[in-house]
Amino acid sequence: MSDAPMDRVARATPAGAARRIRGLSDRAIAWIFVAPSIFLLLAVNIFPLIWTIRLSFTDYRVNRPNRDVEWVGLRNYERILTDDDVWATMQATAHFLIWTIVLQVLIGFALAWLINKKFRGNDLWTTIIVLPMMLSPAVVGNFWTFLYQPQIGLFNYAVAFVTGADPASFSMIGDVHLAPWAIVIADTWMWTPFVMLICLAGLRSIPDSIYEAAECDRASPWRQFWTITVPMVLPFLMLAVLFRGIENFKMFDLVVQLTGGGPGNVTTLTSIDLKREAFERWRTGYSSAYAVILFVTVFGLASIYVKALNKVKDR
Amino acid sequence: MRKFLLAGAACNAIALGTAGTAAAEDLTLCWAAWDPANALIELSTDFEEQSGHTMNFEFVPWPNFADRMLNELNSGGQLCDLMIGDSQWIGGGAENGHYVKLNDFFDENGIDMADFIPATVTGYAEWPKGTPNYWALPAFGDVVGWTYRKDWFERPELRDAFQAEYGRELGVPETLAELKDIAEFFQGREIDGNTVYGAAIYTERGSEGITMGVTNALYNYGFEYADPDEPYSMDGFVNSAGAVEGLEFYKELYDCCTPPGSSNWYMGENIDAYRSGQVAMQMNFAFIWPGVEADPNVGGGKSGYFPNPAGPEGQFAQLGGQGISVVAYSDKQDAALEYIEWFAQPEVQARWWELGGYSALSAVVEDPDFATSQPYAQTFLDSMAIVKDFWAEPAYADLLLAMQDRVHNYVIAGEGTAQEALDGLVEDWTEVFEDEGKL
Repeated sequence: MSDAPMDRVARATPAGAARRIRGLSDRAIAWIFVAPSIFLLLAVNIFPLIWTIRLSFTDYRVNRPNRDVEWVGLRNYERILTDDDVWATMQATAHFLIWTIVLQVLIGFALAWLINKKFRGNDLWTTIIVLPMMLSPAVVGNFWTFLYQPQIGLFNYAVAFVTGADPASFSMIGDVHLAPWAIVIADTWMWTPFVMLICLAGLRSIPDSIYEAAECDRASPWRQFWTITVPMVLPFLMLAVLFRGIENFKMFDLVVQLTGGGPGNVTTLTSIDLKREAFERWRTGYSSAYAVILFVTVFGLASIYVKALNKVKDR
Repeated sequence: MRKFLLAGAACNAIALGTAGTAAAEDLTLCWAAWDPANALIELSTDFEEQSGHTMNFEFVPWPNFADRMLNELNSGGQLCDLMIGDSQWIGGGAENGHYVKLNDFFDENGIDMADFIPATVTGYAEWPKGTPNYWALPAFGDVVGWTYRKDWFERPELRDAFQAEYGRELGVPETLAELKDIAEFFQGREIDGNTVYGAAIYTERGSEGITMGVTNALYNYGFEYADPDEPYSMDGFVNSAGAVEGLEFYKELYDCCTPPGSSNWYMGENIDAYRSGQVAMQMNFAFIWPGVEADPNVGGGKSGYFPNPAGPEGQFAQLGGQGISVVAYSDKQDAALEYIEWFAQPEVQARWWELGGYSALSAVVEDPDFATSQPYAQTFLDSMAIVKDFWAEPAYADLLLAMQDRVHNYVIAGEGTAQEALDGLVEDWTEVFEDEGKL
């Protein structure tokens, strides 16, 4: 008698159960295994999504349980899409998203390129560089509020040292022109190491033989960079951009801790605005419509982006 | 007075002990995490001894207090048996069924609202306002007032400099205009080798901060929430010429005389700035005053206190404070009511004041020794006599956030004009009341 694992399982299965299982088709057995996961997915993801879509057509308010709920059709969607304040938060989000991604990709790639060179203390520097991304975003937000303090903040003193300006003469989180950059800088500080790690993986996946062949062909380091390094790291970079894009579209904790969305509304990102509508103003129907709009936007953009990513990978 | 209170305490201890209470319960009281909450823990040990119940406390820091607790109430949660909720929650607490109505309980137990400071009854207990429907017992009287560096104000060189610059003595300001002069005088001045600033004021964006601050200017310049003869009719009252002037004043004060980087400050930040010697004056709720007196840097006679100064249209101050309510979703309501009965006793209220809690019981604050019992006691009394409160409507959160947005955007971010900000506020509030079916 064979002692293979499958045989051992078969022998251990009670005769009654074995008969019942033998009577089931492969498809039925597959369904038995998949059913718990599908049930969980339906309960945790699909049902709330459908319920949110349903609520988005009503004026339901969760803090007014005794109030009649009215079907308002597309009114919530119309109000959101014609609200200047919502568009202002979209612009603030776009500013944050674009600049964090640009800076993180540039700096992250540059760091990865440097770390990829073999030098003494390479591992130590890698560890030091990735430390910020191991912190909690709320902690980072709090930490940067101190760095940005006009009277005691190291950031202000560093800028003052370089420019000669009075450190107390500017407030990174209190000035409407500087605050959007304050959140970009803090997020870039925290998440550039993440992009760096992905780029590093990309750089280390390029076989040395390709560079050796290029050197045999007398390709300059500049040409090697543009014709070998960049194209081969590009799928990794695009993946990093996708991750950071999705993460920063829903950015909340770091910015709330750092600026609270202010001054004014200049750092009120869509996620912060949505939270205020849902859990401070308690406009559940309205905020459901808002969430659906954001979901469709992210889903749509991510789908287009993933298609582009696949094309790059297939090249 | 003390003998009377002790005798009362003995009677009540016997009454509580023999009231035929049900089994000992684990009660949870929810409140904000701040100094008075610690005093309440100490105070409540007497209740535990007398009643046999155990008190647990759920304290949430102020910036998250409303979010956390309103979520709890809205979800019908049973975490809290007793809630010391903010004064503005009373409308929602009553209309949405979160709080137990206390009229019958008060009648049965001889608790008379006439025994409490009238402003606190209106502010913390009644809904609808001005009607004898009680949903809370006034628990903690509070009001916005000012703390100042008395030791700096008394320095001869500073007094001389102020006299030379403004032609009057450096002293407690009588008007908001005088307050701004003093703040300007201190702004950027070197004192003991440190650069100091004029005043720490409320500017916070996320919860209720800037609204609790700016109203102290708005009220005194003529702002009204609505036409007194026509409820919810706000045009010409919220955005009156006086109100616009008041909002402009607050922005000028922020621009000229506050520490750099104070664009999102509320209670905690103001306390820190004051205690660390950054500012000559701070706007803050009265609850901080016991802590100021006890502080080694600024306490022990170095600080003075004054009520919010008058403006062209009168002298008012923003009401703070809370009432204590029984949560309707609690299954320990009897024990929770016992706590309220105990807390309402005059001797418990007197002890509450001794521990640093601001009692709202008239017998405590009208005691002849009260005004001299603490350096800030008279200022507390004067301030409680001039209070006004924000909307306490069920839709208060909508109303508050609209005001936070409009005011912060103008004062801190410098968007638009004061007139535009208040006109916009009228539009926002009108929309809220239309949604509520009140307009």
